[in-house]
Amino acid sequence: MPALAVRRLVLLLPTVLGVVTLVFAFLHLLPGDPVEIMLGEWAAPADVAALRRELGLDRPLAAQYVRFLAHAARGDLGHSIAFRAPVARVIAARYPATLELAAAAFALALVFALPLGVLAAVRRGTALDRAARLASLSGACLPSFWLGPLLMLAFSIRLGWLPVAGRGGLAHLVLPAVTLGLGMAGILVRLTRASLLAALGEDYVRTARAKGAPGWRAVGVHALRNALVPVVTVLGLQAGALLAGAIITETVFAWPGLGRLVVQAIQARDYPLVQGCVLAIGVSYVAVNTAADLLARAFDPRLLEDRR
Amino acid sequence: MRRAGARAALAGVTTLVLLALGGAVAPWLAPAGPYAADLTGRLGPPSDAHLFGQDTLGRDVLARVLYGARISLGVGAATVVLSLAAGTLLGCVAGYAGGWVDEGLARVIDVLLAFPGLLLAIALAALRGPSLPNVVLALSVLGWTGYARLARAAVMTLRRREFVEAALALGATPVRIVCRHLLPLAAPMLLVQATFGMAGAIVAEGSLSFLGVGAPPPLPSWGAMIDEGRPFLLVAPHLVLFPGLALAVAVLALQLLGDGLRDVLDVRAEASARGVIPP
Repeated sequence: MPALAVRRLVLLLPTVLGVVTLVFAFLHLLPGDPVEIMLGEWAAPADVAALRRELGLDRPLAAQYVRFLAHAARGDLGHSIAFRAPVARVIAARYPATLELAAAAFALALVFALPLGVLAAVRRGTALDRAARLASLSGACLPSFWLGPLLMLAFSIRLGWLPVAGRGGLAHLVLPAVTLGLGMAGILVRLTRASLLAALGEDYVRTARAKGAPGWRAVGVHALRNALVPVVTVLGLQAGALLAGAIITETVFAWPGLGRLVVQAIQARDYPLVQGCVLAIGVSYVAVNTAADLLARAFDPRLLEDRR
Repeated sequence: MRRAGARAALAGVTTLVLLALGGAVAPWLAPAGPYAADLTGRLGPPSDAHLFGQDTLGRDVLARVLYGARISLGVGAATVVLSLAAGTLLGCVAGYAGGWVDEGLARVIDVLLAFPGLLLAIALAALRGPSLPNVVLALSVLGWTGYARLARAAVMTLRRREFVEAALALGATPVRIVCRHLLPLAAPMLLVQATFGMAGAIVAEGSLSFLGVGAPPPLPSWGAMIDEGRPFLLVAPHLVLFPGLALAVAVLALQLLGDGLRDVLDVRAEASARGVIPP
């Protein structure tokens, strides 16, 4: 296991390098001049030249790439134009808020979805099963930029139970976390149900039952443990996806995190900040996925043998 | 299982056809069009004259929702066609050629999947400026990977089969073998993936337009309409309600269709797990 963890961490390097390169390529290889977009098409040529020099865009592409890599490796992501501060510092200030929101959404989805998925599988074909499947389908179909405003309208504006927006105590966290976590919960319910149903049909569960294991033990100990392996893998992918989904949810609820920052940076045409945010979210995403992959392998020793 | 699948697929197709029809006959259903402003009727609630009410400029929300179907379904379909074509082509080439071609494609896909799709689409669309072609381009640049993986896996497992050897012995070219013998076998999987892909593209278009990097105003994109209506949630909730409802119905129809097709065609694939489907 430790050897595998080390290998996965080493493999992380080329992926992160790929992510960094992609971010660089976005800014430099796409048609369209970022400086012109930043300053508008009527900008004075002298201003354009000055900003281009400031961002290092007047050098050859290869030199820019090396400079970008060297700076990024030291944590220097350039200077934000809108905030007049180092990009790294601006991002660090917003990062905890996004982590808080993502963690709350993750916990919420887990707490509701896993039991619901298990119940749906155990009580297959009943009204409960149908209700669970309907709930999971609607979770997948309600876009968060619609669900968020509707929840806000119902619980904050009409009922007045929860704050409308912003970050503060636990009450502020409820609606954003529900909005962000619902889609994930839908996927989890579906997957847990399908995976547990498959496991319940296996020989070892029948054997356990034949040997007199009570129903809860056959399900909870024998079937569920195996059924959870694919769930853990998908959980990892989804946890990473929460970071991206936070872009919409944070915008809806004025949550001062990384997702809202990237939207603000785009609106302010603050390219160094856009680049930094994309990089920060991308690297976090890769890290979370790697951690989930290792966790899934810990759950299922069979995965320890590399499948390639 | 199959009967239930067929029922779900039918329900999905019917709903989609109705939505598309609504978009197609919008000029007759809403003759005033999606841009006719009526400042005296700003934020007007649903009424007989305006079934879905009026927006911030007094424009008819029903007309905008109907015309919005053209944008949503159009962007969704265009994205699926583009990414399906590109992904299938690249996947087939990689799967058939193997070796470094295959290795190279796998690395590119790894890096693209190492990124949250929505974030990349936002960055791409923002850099290229808000326009519908740019939305389609951004979503397709990210969306092809799912199809490429499916096509590659299918071609790789099938190309060692005896019927391929027989075709080779008869002098068939690789292009003919892939197109005539291998692709038809992979088609059901690709079709199911395309259905989920279209649902994802529709939500993604809505998300981009909601964030202001998708359809530029005054285009009646459902996502943009929700964003425009948000500040008036208290006084005019219909501005947010109806476009979102249309979007949810479209996505639900595609999900039902995808689920149904999967059961009917008996596809056991990882379809829909990845791709540009925003959470």
